[in-house]
Amino acid sequence: MTDTATVDNFPALHQKIGDKKLVYLDSAATTQKPQSVIDAVTNYYELDNANIHRGVHTLSQRATKAYEQARKDIADLLGASRAEEVIFVRGATEAINLVAQAWARPRLCKGDEILITEMEHHSNIVPWQLVCEQTGASLKVAKIKDDGSLDIDSFKEMLSQDTVLVSVAHVSNAIGTVNPVEELCALAKSVGATTVVDGAQATGHMHVDFSKIDCDFYAVSGHKMFGPTGIGCLIGKYTLLQEMEPWQGGGDMILTVSFEETVWNEVPFKFEAGTPNIAGAVGLSAAAQFIRKIGYKTIHAQEQELLAYGRSVLEAIEGVTIIGTAKNNAGVIAFTIEGVHPHDAGTILDHAGVAIRTGNHCAEPLMKRFGLHATCRASFSMYNTTQDIDALGTAIQEAITMLR
Amino acid sequence: MSNLRELYLEMVTDHAKNPRNRGKVDPCSHIGTGHNPLCGDKLVVTVLTNKDVIEDVKFDGEGCAISTASADLMAEVLVGKTIKETKILFDTFHGLLTEDSNTDSVPRKLAVFSGVREFPMRVKCATLAWHTIISALDGNEGATTE
Ligand SMILES: Cc1ncc(COP(=O)(O)O)c(C=O)c1O
Repeated sequence: MTDTATVDNFPALHQKIGDKKLVYLDSAATTQKPQSVIDAVTNYYELDNANIHRGVHTLSQRATKAYEQARKDIADLLGASRAEEVIFVRGATEAINLVAQAWARPRLCKGDEILITEMEHHSNIVPWQLVCEQTGASLKVAKIKDDGSLDIDSFKEMLSQDTVLVSVAHVSNAIGTVNPVEELCALAKSVGATTVVDGAQATGHMHVDFSKIDCDFYAVSGHKMFGPTGIGCLIGKYTLLQEMEPWQGGGDMILTVSFEETVWNEVPFKFEAGTPNIAGAVGLSAAAQFIRKIGYKTIHAQEQELLAYGRSVLEAIEGVTIIGTAKNNAGVIAFTIEGVHPHDAGTILDHAGVAIRTGNHCAEPLMKRFGLHATCRASFSMYNTTQDIDALGTAIQEAITMLR
Repeated sequence: MSNLRELYLEMVTDHAKNPRNRGKVDPCSHIGTGHNPLCGDKLVVTVLTNKDVIEDVKFDGEGCAISTASADLMAEVLVGKTIKETKILFDTFHGLLTEDSNTDSVPRKLAVFSGVREFPMRVKCATLAWHTIISALDGNEGATTE
């Protein structure tokens, strides 16, 4: 199981909440950061801070090099075929909005369809609703089964010659279902649709190979894979990115500017207007190195062990119902406790030092699908231990005693 | 743990588990829907007034222990109060939840929520029913804690 050396890498985990040891079970919201990521950001500001792609001075060269190295590191880690396929953005939300506004909006029209699933995060729903409003296209939603897995038959039924774009979560944030994205993308391709995969919940937990999934776009969230907040990327097929017009204008995204005509810079710079989050990219690069060092295989195996143990501990508590029991699941357990509202559970667990997420998890339609307003959600990362799960179980018992 | 016990006093958990005023006032003179986007809770408050005096209040909907108990005790406290008195009482109650105000002037059934002060994230739960009824009395249908 997780050795203490791993836990030691994460300074924020070593603290008390009141007089209780912190048990952090909210990694699906954001992961804690290893010391190497914190140091990389600090070092960058202490030594190399400068603007990129402009100055000829030493610091600017160093900053530019570090920023572009980060692009290569992410491309390597996630299987992009070249570094230029990686566009830095604020996070998965911005990545999806970029595709919506720069790819979909100019291309879609009335009669076209966008297909998503019932388990999507709001950030993979709302950008498409905006595009539909702007273009007259319509949004279709593939159903999920009672165990939280995608209903492939429903997905196939919804696909048609009118489907222009398909966007699906790689891993559901609310219940942890892992979708067979390779298969879904192949199905989408068969009707000629362009494909987007929301990988926000995947890249911190399992091996992702952009080229092998063979989607057109893949959205990445830096802060959910041990990186800083405010950095993420859109990975896109190079030819598609070339065909697209920019979505924001400003510095760095242009080659020449005159009042008569402006010439766009090349991919990826065309999509990175303004001074980017350089420190964030440097931190993300350190996060990629951290993941490489531990290895996705180890991370995934540990989290699967925690999932199995977590499910068994929660199932044994009377009145606890687990939502989302798909076979292929990430380290996320959503649950309800009979007689204890999730909001109360959140407060009582926090008092025991146990940090979980409660509410609708930015997935209101999914909650509605299960007839719920809210759930509790415990989500794991490689730094969690079985003791953390025991603490969760004990705290749930306390909540039940207190409120039932 | 002591803070937590003060949040979930027996009177609070008792009214959360067995609310006395759940349901609908029918016929009613005012109706309001309250929504707490943070937890997805929804509350419908129905009121019957006679001239300016509240004769009956009931609430319906799903909520956490704090919002349910608060709605239930609010309903008990407000019967017989004028609309003006209701508004003044809400101000006092809000002060109790957010400031170190003196609890002497607060009815005992509301003073049990003074523990909420230590849990700023839960103030919205304790005030949802109040926001809803004030909004209903003002002639608006919807209220949110945002
Ligand atoms: C499945 C999923 N998609 C998208 C997002 C948004 O990611 P970001 O915070 O990087 O914008 C999240 C974050 O909660 C998520 O879980």
